[in-house]
Amino acid sequence: MSDTAVELNLDRSRMMVSETEVAVELINMNKWYGDFHVLRDINLKVMKGERIVICGPSGSGKSTMIRCINRLEEHQAGQIIVDGNELTGDLKKIDEIRREVGMCFQHFNLFPHLTILENCTLAPIWVRKMPKRQAEEIAMHYLERVKIPEQANKYPGQLSGGQQQRVAIARSLCMNPKIMLFDEPTSALDPEMIKEVLDVMVSLAEEGMTMLCVTHEMGFARKVANRVIFMDAGQIVEQNEPEAFFLNPQHERTQLFLSQILHH
Amino acid sequence: MSDAQMFQIRTVEAPRLPAPSSTTGVIGWMRQNLFSSIGNTVLTILGALIAWALIEPLIEFALVKAVWTGDDRTACLGADGEHIGACWAYVGDYMQQFIYGRYTTSELWRVNTVYGLFALLLVPLLAPSVPYKGINALLLLVAFPIVAYYLLTGLVIGDTVILPIVETAQWGGLLVTLVIAVTGITASLPLGILFALGRRSNMPIIKLISVIFIEFWRGVPLITVLFMSSVMLPLFLPDGVTFDKLLRVLVGVTLFSSAYMAEVVRGGLQAIPKGQYEGAMALGLRFWPMMYLIILPQALKLVIPGIVNTFIGLFKDTTLVLIVGMFDLLGMIQSSFADPSWATPTQAHTGYLFAAFVFFVFCFGMSRYSIFVEKQLHTGHKR
Ligand SMILES: Nc1ncnc2c1ncn2[C@@H]1O[C@H](COP(=O)(O)OP(=O)(O)O)[C@@H](O)[C@H]1O
Ligand SMILES: [Mg+2]
Repeated sequence: MSDTAVELNLDRSRMMVSETEVAVELINMNKWYGDFHVLRDINLKVMKGERIVICGPSGSGKSTMIRCINRLEEHQAGQIIVDGNELTGDLKKIDEIRREVGMCFQHFNLFPHLTILENCTLAPIWVRKMPKRQAEEIAMHYLERVKIPEQANKYPGQLSGGQQQRVAIARSLCMNPKIMLFDEPTSALDPEMIKEVLDVMVSLAEEGMTMLCVTHEMGFARKVANRVIFMDAGQIVEQNEPEAFFLNPQHERTQLFLSQILHH
Repeated sequence: MSDAQMFQIRTVEAPRLPAPSSTTGVIGWMRQNLFSSIGNTVLTILGALIAWALIEPLIEFALVKAVWTGDDRTACLGADGEHIGACWAYVGDYMQQFIYGRYTTSELWRVNTVYGLFALLLVPLLAPSVPYKGINALLLLVAFPIVAYYLLTGLVIGDTVILPIVETAQWGGLLVTLVIAVTGITASLPLGILFALGRRSNMPIIKLISVIFIEFWRGVPLITVLFMSSVMLPLFLPDGVTFDKLLRVLVGVTLFSSAYMAEVVRGGLQAIPKGQYEGAMALGLRFWPMMYLIILPQALKLVIPGIVNTFIGLFKDTTLVLIVGMFDLLGMIQSSFADPSWATPTQAHTGYLFAAFVFFVFCFGMSRYSIFVEKQLHTGHKR
């Protein structure tokens, strides 16, 4: 994916990174799949309002790491602290954290048997116990924000990939999350649909949302991220501000990776 | 083809034309599907001839040469050497037994009320356009069974007889068939879902129990189950403790079919991508809401054909209760063959044809309804 492919305009006036409030903190975190040590001694601190882009070769553990943050995967050693709550086996804590952390997936994971509107109102109604009316109003508000209110009564199967991913973002936003996780949100999309999804993500960033994005959209990383993290073989091997990261990569693996995705 | 044709570029927009008439309409359809070649034309004609050869005698037996009225066997004997068709007069004479068994005649209104209530509650539940599905389902699944229980068995409070007791041994015919089938169907689906979830559970004990349950009930023939429940079980129970035979049969049939149901549902659960679970969990849904709202609706929809298959199997398996001395519709019909006053050459043919017809109507109804539901639930435009 070349960095010139996508032109993104950014309004930085409301993008503020907190100096004191920590959104997500991973401390000496380790995870194994059976005998396979997939995440090795991860340390990461994300302040409120930060936009982190995570990149790295396939299989390096990017998905596993961000999925640990909302406990779709369980870590075995170290600590994960989300919004002041430590993730343990405590189901109450897990519920609480999942309510505050939204997630978008590569393959959208919309519910095909429900309409777009029902997809968006489901969690507010069943998890937040919101009255249906109010949930629908909120859903329509976010569907308008992602520019597809007219699709509200269609089913996911009737929408294009880009539209589905925007619905998935709206669905997460309906829960009013404090933190958003994105796992390669544009990798499954045709090129002409990537921009419509990135535009929505940019507008989220402009509103000061804390975001952790696994993506190879380097244009997005450059414009929006305030830190880029590079992972390789289960470790964070480099992190830096976007300009420095792209102009002056330190680690040999980073240089190789960047040369592969930027000049092919 | 010349180069000029190969690289032709349109300067005027090509008109949008209707499809050629040979591909649309009845004639088009027949031409495409029945007479598209000489071979297919021959097969079509051959098929039609075979179908006629099979159907024609049936029509002749069941309708043309049938006897519709009469008081005893003489009506269905016919004159010397004459071929007589179905003896519907005999079925008419026995209709009460076929529908109610030996249920006390003066109390038949109670059975009719149950039939009526059931239809009244079931039809609006099945029709998608009728509102109040929640209340309707509650009435059908909770209130109706209680009412039906007292109406059918009787109600005695203290010494006052409100509804005289009718022993289940007197029940028979379609009543027994429907009681077993309906109970089995409504109880086996939720049980099957629970065991399917149990078998896929991460908790070893629950998984083990589910596997043992499913494999046990799938491993034994239904006849054995029925026989054990009605003949062997009393031997193990302490003296004086008895269960109603019908109740034992109901439990046996339900557990038996819920094991099959569990495997059908498990097939559906396996087809749901992991992403659906993750999407639901990431939104904060807990296990049961996730199952109820996201996973099961999709999984059950996928296996509607399998579920209905199990229902139909169960419906027909009710005929096996004859083995433990209960008379369902088929049992009732067979026992009527012993009646000399209707003994004619076509009595058994007629009786079995009637049984086949009744069973077919119910099973075909279930089948058609399931296809209707599948169409209703079709939301995907999968590519
Ligand atoms: N459920 C799993 N069981 C076993 N190994 C897994 C599982 N999920 C991922 N892995 C392995 O863990 C490694 C990291 O995977 P992942 O986090 O998906 O990488 P990335 O997202 O960076 O491509 C890969 O080698 C992958 O094969
Ligand atoms: Mg990944």
